[in-house]
Amino acid sequence: MNLDFSDEQKQLREQVRRFLKENCPPAAVRAVLEGGQHYDQKLYAGLAELGVLGAAIPEEYGGVGLGHLELCVVAEELGRVLAPVPVASTVYLGAECLMQAGSEEQKQAWLPKISAGEAIGCWAINEGSGRMKPEKVSLSFDGSTLSGSKAPVTDGAIADFAIVLAKEAGGLSLCLVDLSGKGVSREDLDSIDPTRSQARLSFDGTPATRIGEAGDGWHIATQVMDRAAILIGFEQLGGADRALEMGRDYALERMAFGRQIGSFQAVKHILADMYVSATLARSNCYYGAWALSSSAAELPIAAATARVSATNAFQHCAKNNIQVHGGMGFTWAFDCHLYYRRSNALALTIGSLSTWESLLIERMSAGNVEAAA
Amino acid sequence: MDFNDTPQEAEFRKEVRSWLDANAPKHLEPELKRASFGSNGLESEDPIKASKAWQKKKAEAGWACLHWPKEYGGGARSAMERVIWSQEEGPYAVLSGLFTIGHGMCGPTVMEWASEEWKERLLPPLASGEEVWCQLFSEPASGSDLAGLRTRAVKADDGSGDWIINGQKIWTSGAQNSDWGLLITRTDPDVPKHKGLTMFFLRMDSPGVKVVPIKQANGASGFNEVYFDDVRIPDDQRLGDVGQGWKVSLTTLMNERLSIGSGMSTGFPELFKFCMDMEIDGEAATADSGVRSKLAQFAVKQSGLKYTGMRAISALSKGETPGPENSIGKLVAGATMQELAMYALDLQGEAGVVWDEDSPQNGRFQAMLMRSPATRIEGGSDEILRNIIGERVLGLPGDIRVDKDVAFKDIPTSGKGK
Repeated sequence: MNLDFSDEQKQLREQVRRFLKENCPPAAVRAVLEGGQHYDQKLYAGLAELGVLGAAIPEEYGGVGLGHLELCVVAEELGRVLAPVPVASTVYLGAECLMQAGSEEQKQAWLPKISAGEAIGCWAINEGSGRMKPEKVSLSFDGSTLSGSKAPVTDGAIADFAIVLAKEAGGLSLCLVDLSGKGVSREDLDSIDPTRSQARLSFDGTPATRIGEAGDGWHIATQVMDRAAILIGFEQLGGADRALEMGRDYALERMAFGRQIGSFQAVKHILADMYVSATLARSNCYYGAWALSSSAAELPIAAATARVSATNAFQHCAKNNIQVHGGMGFTWAFDCHLYYRRSNALALTIGSLSTWESLLIERMSAGNVEAAA
Repeated sequence: MDFNDTPQEAEFRKEVRSWLDANAPKHLEPELKRASFGSNGLESEDPIKASKAWQKKKAEAGWACLHWPKEYGGGARSAMERVIWSQEEGPYAVLSGLFTIGHGMCGPTVMEWASEEWKERLLPPLASGEEVWCQLFSEPASGSDLAGLRTRAVKADDGSGDWIINGQKIWTSGAQNSDWGLLITRTDPDVPKHKGLTMFFLRMDSPGVKVVPIKQANGASGFNEVYFDDVRIPDDQRLGDVGQGWKVSLTTLMNERLSIGSGMSTGFPELFKFCMDMEIDGEAATADSGVRSKLAQFAVKQSGLKYTGMRAISALSKGETPGPENSIGKLVAGATMQELAMYALDLQGEAGVVWDEDSPQNGRFQAMLMRSPATRIEGGSDEILRNIIGERVLGLPGDIRVDKDVAFKDIPTSGKGK
């Protein structure tokens, strides 16, 4: 049994961590938050140069040809520092979707650019408020062009291509759109986490090509989101761990009533519970990583497990990090709110917590009762 | 990442399987699989006799106390081999419950602190299950604060060197079935509490020892009170020096936390099965969104513990020491089981109040509800476990101890007031 990363993967972690320490300090995250930028361009270019954007993309498409375990390691490190870059949209969703279901031409057109950091993608599935369901899609595809709009779309404002879920002849299809084409309009949306930009994307007769078969859109999108859920789970895990460290460090440093506040059981127990939730999430995410890297039959269950557990942990650790910091944690100057923002934004992307809770039990009851043990 | 055995592990697993296949008491399997909450499920045979018979059989074939050296009746196997054995032993492991404290805690303490002569006398029959041990630590007034114990050991005034014991222990599992007990006492009340303790072992049939079962809150009696009335213990049954008892007890308690990969039950598989079989408004309960949310939260705790155990096993398999992540096991399992039991009864509606053989799964969830408060207290309460995680894993400072440099006799207690 080996439910752990290899020594080489751990070395990659160290390398990425060093890079991010240098290139993504909290000031870089704040620059995006406060500076009105959509993302950190210099950091994104650096990640491309480091080879992490193409980590799981085969060499024939310009990638590094490592694998998904390496991508999990990268995701955790990006999550730790709240990297304000469009990696999830472009790599976990965009590249994964093209690798899973794209045509040779679609792969050739975009994968090399993704690896090189020359193309940003976005995942345009959601329409309107409430849990996303197939019936809610009204944007339509006529076989060659798209009309309608999607919101919120993470990185929609900066993307070069979009993967769009559209109605087509009574079913749903997934479409690939070059956003430099005609009839595309973008509108920035304010959000709880401005370090990751949100937009409304509208199409009016915009040329698009189908990914996979007509009517297969929901099915493909589900498979892609399962894979992305594990990678985003690793980002959440990294964020949870860092929020726990911040809380721990503050509890050691802050004095009250003549002693370190970490010596009070009321504070110590909050931190212990944060450790528990982060540990459960880590173990569940490793299970997800194994399923993702081995394309196991239980991937859908592992994905939902990792996702629910990682969402729990990041929200729990981020909110309690503020609690441990007390009033200082609620100031703009302290970084606690950056983690709080991201934890709550990531909890909603590609489906909210309750959506994934429901998927987990639906999948477990659909067959694999063994997974319950 | 993979869940596969190394070739050596696979070889060992094969060996274990074939021995179990030829030797396990298969006729008891259906009953053992029903084991729950303090009962090993046996009705057709005497549970003690069956446990001892199985242990003896394992010992004769070299499968007892795999982590102990061979000269004391153990199997001298690696930590990884021990994990594989416990995975394969499956339902028969329930029969080892009688020996858990002896093999896991008392034995290792004797091994570290007793004379060679005593080790040769005590350990082999403990390994083979011929002699059963209990641990006499907790007292009515000292649970989490173990070092505040009051059972007194005083030198006999007859010049024999013997010690005379008076006092009371509580929460002693298996005292009524034990041949020997590991006993921590206070020998000096004039020094701070940790410094005045001394450890002994004694025959449980010594004159003056009285074992009284405790009727628990759930109506069962899995634990005992043990009273000591002028019990005499020879000085050569002392472990460690006089006054060194706290240090000796740490050997015992460290071993309590070393059960790697022994995945504690949360009750989730049973709840999931219950929901699969149950309908709400003509549909499977598992189709209800409220039920799904609750179940999913229990599910990720169950799987989180399972894969936390596997991460520890992975470390062992590579010959490394597992990290501190296993410290979350009982904390998560205990609280989850209690919440889960309450939810299972909630799903039963008003009928959930009934606890009889017609209750779903023979009243398992009602039994779980009534037993789970103890899981959150025994072997380190939730609060002590959080302190351990906070202090030993996260490196937070310990609490300020107001009784630290105070002579034991001067420490305020519930009885003595200020």
